[in-house]
Amino acid sequence: MALRGRDIVSIRDLSTEEITEILDHARSMIPVAEGKKSSSALEGKVVATAFFEPSTRTRLSFEAAVQRLGGRCLTIADIGVTSMRKGESLYDTVRMLSSYSDAIVLRHPNEGAARLAADASDRPVINAGDGSNQHPTQALLDLMAMHETFGTLAGLKVVLLGDLKYGRTVHSLAIALAQFGSELVLSAPRALALPEDLRGELESLGAKISDEPELRRAVRDADVLYVTRIQKERFPDEGEYRSVAGSYRVDASVLDGAKPQLIVLHPLPRAGEVDPEVDRTPHAAYFRQAFLAVPVRMALLSSILAPTRGG
Amino acid sequence: MVRELRITPIRNGTVIDHIANGLALDVLRIIGVRDLDKDSTVSIALHVRSGKIGWKDIVKVENMELSPRKVNAIALISPSATISIIRDHQVREKRAVDLPEHVTGVVRCPNINCISNQGEPIESDFRVVRRRPVVLRCAYCDRQVTDFLRHLA
Ligand SMILES: Nc1ncnc2c1ncn2[C@@H]1O[C@H](COP(=O)(O)OP(=O)(O)O)[C@@H](O)[C@H]1O
Ligand SMILES: [Mg+2]
Ligand SMILES: [Zn+2]
Repeated sequence: MALRGRDIVSIRDLSTEEITEILDHARSMIPVAEGKKSSSALEGKVVATAFFEPSTRTRLSFEAAVQRLGGRCLTIADIGVTSMRKGESLYDTVRMLSSYSDAIVLRHPNEGAARLAADASDRPVINAGDGSNQHPTQALLDLMAMHETFGTLAGLKVVLLGDLKYGRTVHSLAIALAQFGSELVLSAPRALALPEDLRGELESLGAKISDEPELRRAVRDADVLYVTRIQKERFPDEGEYRSVAGSYRVDASVLDGAKPQLIVLHPLPRAGEVDPEVDRTPHAAYFRQAFLAVPVRMALLSSILAPTRGG
Repeated sequence: MVRELRITPIRNGTVIDHIANGLALDVLRIIGVRDLDKDSTVSIALHVRSGKIGWKDIVKVENMELSPRKVNAIALISPSATISIIRDHQVREKRAVDLPEHVTGVVRCPNINCISNQGEPIESDFRVVRRRPVVLRCAYCDRQVTDFLRHLA
């Protein structure tokens, strides 16, 4: 298995073939994720989940994935209980963790933390979010939600709505979509536009990109509406945050003119960007998307920690 | 050549020639004039006519040879530069600077939230993603840098 022992720091670390392989594998893990089938793929393995930033879904879905596959977790969930507060470097913390575990799942508020961890660790490191940079496993489950509905990613028209500047989930997702030949429609307040260098990278991947700040027009012939939350903690100052907070909201009326098959995705938690009335429309796919986190992370972990041949 | 030796010849040291016009002071910053031994002379020629690149700057430093890191930093800001090692008044070695694929410890990441700016026991690390003009990408946070002159470490 080509993924064995690999670090997953950025979505750029995975080819489209590897992503397809992970998604196929994840599909076969769905019954295990639902508790209808059992698996011992991670028996005897210890996975450290080190979260230096709050998380519910990501950490729990990683831990659920490990436990469903018969492995065990070593959890750092609160920075207050570690010695990082006493000034220990992330580098040293990760070296220590890598000697206690078979793989490390890391979330950290600084961009590049996962790359540093991968350098410090001789066990594989999975990036579960580094500041506003990357969140590759979220992109994988987003792709799976789209693929499950449409059977393909090529040619899909995907609207990316909201905070495209600091939103790490869209950064990872946009790169993957560009590689699969999806069409991207960017719908963001001017202050939260996609970083220029990332846009350039997407263009060099051959992506068809357009801008449509007007939401109703953006969704008109779209297949996917991917909504992000404006994350207060990423803003360097309060004023910049306040100028964009609440600047978009998806409700049932926004979706009136959309295609019947359009799906709405959101990495969750939501904070008012998607009105609960959307939950009752056939467009709502974000709870299914959240469930897919478990089989996707199962597939990834079991590939990375696959036993060596004969071993 | 005789015409060009308007500044005092040196016995031992380094000549950095064919520096892109106007960048001699940045080259001096990279060299770190403060690190030089106090008896050494540094001479600078600004805006010198050059057949190769039109106008150029030249920096000559006595009693010093450049570390590979400093050579990389010079390559970054002026790929046209050449470096000559002078021993006993003679040019003993002469080479063009060469930009490696990774530039470590030379440029600071402009992203203040980057892990390379948090006091971790690591050096900055940039991948050269384009050579003409030079574009760097932080190996940690993926930020692209083109105005690295403003971010020399
Ligand atoms: N003894 C010296 N003192 C100072 N500068 C020198 C000395 N010898 C050579 N140089 C300078 O070093 C650079 C390389 O020397 P050389 O190879 O002879 O010239 P060029 O590159 O012009 O063909 C030139 O800029 C030259 O002026
Ligand atoms: Mg490693
Ligand atoms: Zn950086």
